Amino acid sequence: MIKIEHISKSFGERLVLDDITATFERGKTNLIIGQSGSGKTVLTKICIGLFEPDSGIVTFDDRPFSNTKEKHKIDIRKEMGVLFQGGALFDSMNVEENVMFPLNMFTDMSYEEKLERVNFCLNRVNLSGINNLATSELSGGMMKRVAIARAISNSPKYLFCDEPNSGLDPVTSELIDDLISEITEEYDMTTIINTHDINSVLKIGQTINFLHKGKLWWQGDNKSVLNADNKELNDFLFSTELTKRIKI
Amino acid sequence: MLRKLGDYLILMWQAFSKPDKALVFRKRLLHEFFNLGFTSIGIVLILSVFVGAVATILVAYNTDNPLLPEKLIGFSARQMIVLEFSPTMISLILAGKLGSQIASELGTMRVTQQIDALKVMGINPANYLILPKIISCLFFIPVLIVFSIVIGILGGWLACVFTGVITPTNYVVGLRSWFEPFSLTFAMIKTVVFAFLITSISSYIGYNVKGGSVEVGKASTQSVVVSSIAIIIFDLILTQMLLT
Repeated sequence: MIKIEHISKSFGERLVLDDITATFERGKTNLIIGQSGSGKTVLTKICIGLFEPDSGIVTFDDRPFSNTKEKHKIDIRKEMGVLFQGGALFDSMNVEENVMFPLNMFTDMSYEEKLERVNFCLNRVNLSGINNLATSELSGGMMKRVAIARAISNSPKYLFCDEPNSGLDPVTSELIDDLISEITEEYDMTTIINTHDINSVLKIGQTINFLHKGKLWWQGDNKSVLNADNKELNDFLFSTELTKRIKI
Repeated sequence: MLRKLGDYLILMWQAFSKPDKALVFRKRLLHEFFNLGFTSIGIVLILSVFVGAVATILVAYNTDNPLLPEKLIGFSARQMIVLEFSPTMISLILAGKLGSQIASELGTMRVTQQIDALKVMGINPANYLILPKIISCLFFIPVLIVFSIVIGILGGWLACVFTGVITPTNYVVGLRSWFEPFSLTFAMIKTVVFAFLITSISSYIGYNVKGGSVEVGKASTQSVVVSSIAIIIFDLILTQMLLT
């Protein structure tokens, strides 16, 4: 379980996050949603330790993470898997080396054991047999799936996904959503997904945190989100032609 | 300026920490030896042979006096090549080649979040990415400079053979005259300092890129400019300290 309590963050004069408190539960896909500029990426970066909050605290299973020394963070970092928006695959390595990278760094497995694990993870994301492809040869959807394989290769307890569907077609987006949801249950991970994809919200939003202008505006789940009595949330959800028609 | 110097020192402190895994570090080191070192042999070879030849012809042109012995040309060319041309000029060329390569590689990794990915995995990115580059250059650039000195002197001999400015025999006699081994020590000290400046400055600039591809390009240019200025400043300081 990941808890964030009273998180605030400013950049210069601009208050980006204002007193955010939320709990992200284990074994569930926890969504942070909101418009561009609402502060969700900053909140995710605070959770993974790329930014420090001005006030408040982030804890991973009651272990403090924010505003602690780097050497204290390392143990928790090794339990994290992160799927970055662009995949952030190492372009000097091929697919196999990318997925094997966390195993090379943090385990003493033999090459055969590591290869077996890599093949298992690639198989899990439906990408068997592409071990020797360069990252430049992958499509957007394949990149995201290789990045998921890398994120889960070291069996993380916490998975963070920054806009996993951005730039993908609806079919591939659905595939990625299913995959994240399945591996969350399968590995009993605490998964946090930062998204503004309405389809993901409805499909895999087991808990939903809606940010608006740096504040936590609404909390709920995918069952209650469509009937929420919250103007800003409704404006966000029903902003597209398709969702407007659904509402009617 | 002071803040940047402080950031640079902190980055070097982070880079010079114990590697996360020795085996991975060794692989990275070998990769950088090839990536930064071996790929520079060609340019050093071509430049050195021509610089040596030009140095010899220039000395011959400026000492065209019957009162001066011909062997002075070989001696002066050797001194120019050993003391200045090879360590400084080749380092400036390497600042262009390696500096831009390092800054653009790290800058691209920064803007595509590859450095963030390393950090969130619990890996020290400065140590993982920068230390192998610095160590490989600290070992390989002095080797390249020794190589450059030898090829430069050979270039001077070729100039004698093909232009006839002096006889090759007198050139070789000049090369062997008044030799002080400290000249080579001085050249190596300068080279090691320059190698560190090139890799550390370029790494610092590349590592701290903010923005996108335009900023990566700017960082690449900036790393060459700053490394080159640092080299000529330290050239003056070291020459004053060690030769006077």
